[in-house]
Amino acid sequence: MNMQNIWFIMKREFNGYFATPVAYVFIIIFLLLTGFSTFYVGNFFERGEADLYPFFSLHPWLYILLIPAISMRLWAEERKSGSIELLMTLPVSVFEAVLGKVLASWAFTGLALLLNFPLWITVNYLGNPDNGVIFASFLGSLLMAGGFLAIGSCISAITKNQVIAFVISLVISLIFVLAGFGIVIDFFAGWAPQTLVDVISSFSFLTHFDAISKGVIDLRDMLYFISLIAIWLFANALIVNARKAD
Amino acid sequence: MTLRIEIDDLAKHFGAIKAVDGVSFSVSKGEVLGFLGPNGAGKSTTMKMITGFLAPTRGTVRVCGYDVLTDPISVKAHLGYLPEGAPAYADMTPDSFLHFIAEIRGLKGADKKRAVGLAAERARITNVMFQPIETLSKGYKRRVGLAQSILHNPPVLILDEPTDGLDPNQKHEVRTLINEMAEDKAIIISTHILEEVHALCNRNVVIANGKIKFDGTPQELESKSRYYNAVCVNVANIEQQAFENFLSSLEFVANVEKLSGDAGFRVYPQQGRQITAELSEKIRGNGWDIDALHAENGRLDEVFRSITLPNAESSK
Repeated sequence: MNMQNIWFIMKREFNGYFATPVAYVFIIIFLLLTGFSTFYVGNFFERGEADLYPFFSLHPWLYILLIPAISMRLWAEERKSGSIELLMTLPVSVFEAVLGKVLASWAFTGLALLLNFPLWITVNYLGNPDNGVIFASFLGSLLMAGGFLAIGSCISAITKNQVIAFVISLVISLIFVLAGFGIVIDFFAGWAPQTLVDVISSFSFLTHFDAISKGVIDLRDMLYFISLIAIWLFANALIVNARKAD
Repeated sequence: MTLRIEIDDLAKHFGAIKAVDGVSFSVSKGEVLGFLGPNGAGKSTTMKMITGFLAPTRGTVRVCGYDVLTDPISVKAHLGYLPEGAPAYADMTPDSFLHFIAEIRGLKGADKKRAVGLAAERARITNVMFQPIETLSKGYKRRVGLAQSILHNPPVLILDEPTDGLDPNQKHEVRTLINEMAEDKAIIISTHILEEVHALCNRNVVIANGKIKFDGTPQELESKSRYYNAVCVNVANIEQQAFENFLSSLEFVANVEKLSGDAGFRVYPQQGRQITAELSEKIRGNGWDIDALHAENGRLDEVFRSITLPNAESSK
């Protein structure tokens, strides 16, 4: 694994987001949606507590919609334009390319997340929040974004069409979030063995993110997201290898 | 002669379709190998396997001694590749694109700057370095791809249709560039433009239906033409039938064909001999005045057809 190659690919991909207005449009919409969800859905003011829980707790739902829009281009565009033939005949391995690309999209997501800093300033101005909790939640949210991005990157490799990549990534992300939702659990609880119900709910982003959004970093939650990312990226590399020339 | 590319029994099957079926050849330093064949013959597939983009169904490829299956990264580091259609990152400028390639190729600092500058100069794209690639003309896009492939001065160059879609001036420039680099590299160029056989190559491999049909020099390829060393002759003020009978009676003549109009006759020699001198001597010996007499080169399009379409009539 050549770290420099990963860095060069990441740098190119990251700059690629800003080559078109897409990056700016995305960031603005992301900020509007986080603002809206924090104040109107999360009742930031009415709660009367100096924390960012209303901001973080709704991130899984925002990511379902927004992350596939970031990840859809990663491989679909390479395959459509044929530049994948160029990339894959340069002296880089598939894993380096996969990592470089997903890290670029991750950095971009991190940037969008950081641009919510006015919220942090607001909450510090209004009260005395636990900034450690906020920082932990920020890292947790970023980690979860990585999970969504790994799914999206992998799906992006199966198609040349970015719209298809977007829709499929969105559906799979939705399944991963909903797996821990009451309705889904109830649906299975009626007939499936308890072990299966536990397995399904333990696969949910919600289950693992809930603690994180309150600032509790549990090693098991971390491991869940890290292994999820690893598995999807491994599948991503296999798919790129198998389908790059189609 | 140093062998740079060694291909042995290379095959690629897509389901039941044998795109490439048992191709073997090797290329040495200094050779410019023209890879000819009709569309769909397996040229691009073969090149994709040499460059490690496609995994072969069977067979081996070695580039500079490295096996593409066991050490693909070393193979890729030693070759420059221009894929068909010269794909690039459309939203980048040639400048940032070439810098990215240079970084991936392991070039740093002053070396990187020099390599990018030299490649841009050689490919003649210095005037468009800061325009997005997607806004460039087809010819410029092709040359950006070419610049990318030669940037790290690779010992092996694989160019898939480098002059496709270029105007005659651009074709000339690209050919000049390839000729400049030919001496110390092993180059494979795929093309279906037959004029490039002479303009570029010192060796040709013709492939059709996934198999090699010919491997030799351009001269050998031409000599497979039935027009090779044929002589067109016209004599003024003579009864045509008598002249044709006279030509047919000569012992070194295999066949005589009347040309359309009153343009005279085309005389085919026995066993591809050079008969121009002999023929002219015989005609003069009869006291006739020669109006026109010239030997023909082989016709590559006809050879191409007869090699790649085994059942086609070669006389058209």
